[in-house]
Amino acid sequence: MVLSAADRAAVRALWRKLGNNVGIYATEALERTFTAFPTTKTYFAHFDLSPGSAQVKAHGKKVADALTTAVAHMDDLPGALSALSDLHAHQLRVDPVNFKFLGHCLLVTLARHYPGDFGPAMHASLDKFLSHVISALASSYG
Amino acid sequence: MVHLTADEKSLVSGLWSKVNVDEVGGEALGRLLVVYPWTQRFFDSFGDLSSPDAVMGNPKVKAHGKKVLNSFSDGLKNLDNLKGTFAKLSELHCDKLHVDPENFKLLGNVLVCVLARHFGKQFTPQAQGAFQKVVAGVANALAHKYH
Repeated sequence: MVLSAADRAAVRALWRKLGNNVGIYATEALERTFTAFPTTKTYFAHFDLSPGSAQVKAHGKKVADALTTAVAHMDDLPGALSALSDLHAHQLRVDPVNFKFLGHCLLVTLARHYPGDFGPAMHASLDKFLSHVISALASSYG
Repeated sequence: MVHLTADEKSLVSGLWSKVNVDEVGGEALGRLLVVYPWTQRFFDSFGDLSSPDAVMGNPKVKAHGKKVLNSFSDGLKNLDNLKGTFAKLSELHCDKLHVDPENFKLLGNVLVCVLARHFGKQFTPQAQGAFQKVVAGVANALAHKYH
């Protein structure tokens, strides 16, 4: 499932539309992940995970920045995300299955906030993009 | 068996009562075929699936989506006995249709995306959590008779 030119254009266009709100949506995606997939909370035992948590918001901003970097480097995701991959593999030691949960919750968040933009083709492009991001994040494992 | 709290049951039934099951079925199945194109392998007889528009407009996709989601809807009335409710369908999907149960999880997640798009603000993280439990339960029940 290669990222076609059309996929990249679609993702870039949506990202421009998200503007400065990427942090807000990434934070919501994290909240959804913790609620819908409670096992993910095991990595955040040191966080306050209550609604409106400043720690979750700060973490959402980090995730948002990483995704924005990914959007800017879709032609070389493994390269652009290699430091993050090392971090998740060797320091945070997060099981890669969890990346899919966050990816899914990002899709849900975008569907909820941008129903008009979230047509089947955009859904497909976003899902592919996130799969590539997840692959790149998992590349340092093992 | 799916363990939903009283609040979760209320969230699920409240939102589901507002769902046009026939339409959402077609939308969810269509998106499955577009987003995960290998799932088209089960639908060679459906005709034109060559583009997102072709898939979403395909009358056989809509009809089949309607069938699938009405079945899912039955499951929602029997959350305490999903395995029993879907036993026959599970056998069918294994023995006759030869569908990898992974596909049930994919469809479940696509359905969650469709509901999020449809309900917007009402599809809170708690509502999503409740529906994720339901779709996981249905997927497990459908896989239960596989051998």
